[in-house]
Amino acid sequence: MKIRLNQKNIPILATIAVFCLIYALGAVLYPGFLSLRVFVNLFIDNAFVGVIAVGMTFVIISGEIDLSVGSVVAFVGVLLATLVHDHGMHPIPAIAICLAFGAGFGCAMGCLIHFFKLPSFLVTLVGMFLARGLAFLLSLNSIPIKDPFFETLVDFGVQMTRKVWVPSTALMFVAVVFLGVFISHFTKFGRNAYAIGGNQQSAILMGLPVGKTKILIFTLNGTLCALAGIVYSLYTMSGYPLACVGLELDVIAAVVIGGTLLSGGVGYVEGTLIGVLILGLIQTFITFQGTLSSWWTKIAVGVLLFVFILLQRYLSSAYVGSEARPGKKKPEARPETA
Amino acid sequence: MSFKPAFLKNESLSKLVWPLAALFAIVAFNIFFTPGFFHMEIKDGRLFGSLIDILNRGAPVMLVSIGMTLVFATGGVDLSVGAVIAISGALAATIIRPEYVRGVIEYGEAAPLYLVIGVPLLLSLLAGLWNGALVAYAGIQPIIATLILMVAGRGIAQLITEGKIVVFIHEPFQFIGGGFLFGLPVPIDIVAGMLVVTYLLTRKTALGIFIEAVGANPKASLYMGIRARLIKVAVYMFCALCAGIAGLIICSDIKAADANNAGLFLELDAIAAVIIGGTMWGGRFTVAGSMIGALIIQTLTTTILTRGIAPEVTLVFKAVVIICVALIQSESFRKLLTGRLAKAGAGQS
Repeated sequence: MKIRLNQKNIPILATIAVFCLIYALGAVLYPGFLSLRVFVNLFIDNAFVGVIAVGMTFVIISGEIDLSVGSVVAFVGVLLATLVHDHGMHPIPAIAICLAFGAGFGCAMGCLIHFFKLPSFLVTLVGMFLARGLAFLLSLNSIPIKDPFFETLVDFGVQMTRKVWVPSTALMFVAVVFLGVFISHFTKFGRNAYAIGGNQQSAILMGLPVGKTKILIFTLNGTLCALAGIVYSLYTMSGYPLACVGLELDVIAAVVIGGTLLSGGVGYVEGTLIGVLILGLIQTFITFQGTLSSWWTKIAVGVLLFVFILLQRYLSSAYVGSEARPGKKKPEARPETA
Repeated sequence: MSFKPAFLKNESLSKLVWPLAALFAIVAFNIFFTPGFFHMEIKDGRLFGSLIDILNRGAPVMLVSIGMTLVFATGGVDLSVGAVIAISGALAATIIRPEYVRGVIEYGEAAPLYLVIGVPLLLSLLAGLWNGALVAYAGIQPIIATLILMVAGRGIAQLITEGKIVVFIHEPFQFIGGGFLFGLPVPIDIVAGMLVVTYLLTRKTALGIFIEAVGANPKASLYMGIRARLIKVAVYMFCALCAGIAGLIICSDIKAADANNAGLFLELDAIAAVIIGGTMWGGRFTVAGSMIGALIIQTLTTTILTRGIAPEVTLVFKAVVIICVALIQSESFRKLLTGRLAKAGAGQS
């Protein structure tokens, strides 16, 4: 169990360094930035982003991409609200239906990608249109969620100190991260995902179940999206078809900043967690600053994304060495279980 | 997302058959169910009618998909076009009313048209240069390289307008989005002009073959002595220029710059148009196909509006059309289909 300081670990170390840097900067500039509450709020406000980001990490590690996540979150929110509010269904079966929908949706996209050799970018673009359109079909307006079960769910939490309290959504986020770490490091499925992303041809030749793994990855991602939709509706207590427009880009940004290589094969769920927290930290920083407008968040995220992608590019070309080809670049990277 | 040499075996003309069939199907539906769909009349030397309206409304998507087609041909994709549209519109409006964002209502000196048009287009080219440099010289995957500008670009547009919606009146500039030239709305003329320029550049010079070579086989084109990097940068700049023009059209049409919503999701429409048209990553491209794709999307939208269905639901139809066309173009799906037909026919090949 030794962690080797090799080039693959540099992106994640850079991520941790950036996180510490922003945190330290905030702590020096603003009183109260260091408080436990601010830290816990990072988890509360980004719970839904984080839940999807874990799923997206697997998708990107396997060398694919999913653009449908924001729409699926919105659809699940509206579906949940419609079932509970309009049809008077008990929340537990409603939640089960939502999760089943997410799994089915992801599975269907995975099947299209695998069986018909369509690019994942195209299929998930269609998924994005479809889920958003379906959300509009259900309702054009925001639907409130008023249900005693949901209220107890929201009120459930762990009291850390007298002032700080961790609600169920943040706990769910943490639980999903642990699940993701476990799957990626200690299961066959996780290893297969890395292998496919590293070099699909080799994975096929090695006799790994490439198709099954790919479909499962998208199913997992779809389920996590649905879970994020539920977390989001717990966070806002409503379902809104226009919610989370452009969320997929935030999620991809979080995963990339978290040190996962976009060419596939390299990345850690742990890094994604820090990537999500960095996005939240930028938001918090701008809130604390007070005079900066919200669009500075976008610019800051864009700049960070740029720096990290350049870093990745530099590292992966150094990794492949002089063999760097002009077109496709796939570093033959294998996961290192630390 | 890798290119497939098998695409090259297909004839480019036969690839247009399916998109054309889809377009005709939608138009045929309208013949029967939408009264007056083909009605056109000339008033004061100007052409009016549903068909003209489709072309006019579809102009931004058509423009962007011209550029996107070339980017696709080099094996890339440009996600930032929506953000470039927002930047170009925001800049044009701010040049017309520089003091508006600070709360000054008066116009001051009327801005000359060449500034209002020139500066945004210049900045669009710069945006394209940025994308192209990241892809060609830094070697970043196109989806990701353009993702940066997509995220940050909208922020920059909001920075320019300081988050406000800048409304304006500027007669010469409004001509771009709302005027008539040669009896047609100006956006249609602009699209036609860009199409002619693109056709001449890519089919009457060797440039088109260079672009296809770079996309189809980067290594071989390198050995052939094609300056792949330069071509990639040029293509991204052209795409951004198209987006910039589309931004001016949109901005001039609504007489306002909305940094948040201008061109939102337009990149997806353009990508959909290109894919429906039959251009896949790397290699052969057909601008004509992309135009048909853009028209399919716009006709679908107009049809849905005239049927009285909520416009938001268009997304569902778009999704269905894109996935159908993509499936038909997928080799394994065709094999599956022909395999089933052969079994059912028992003897037919």
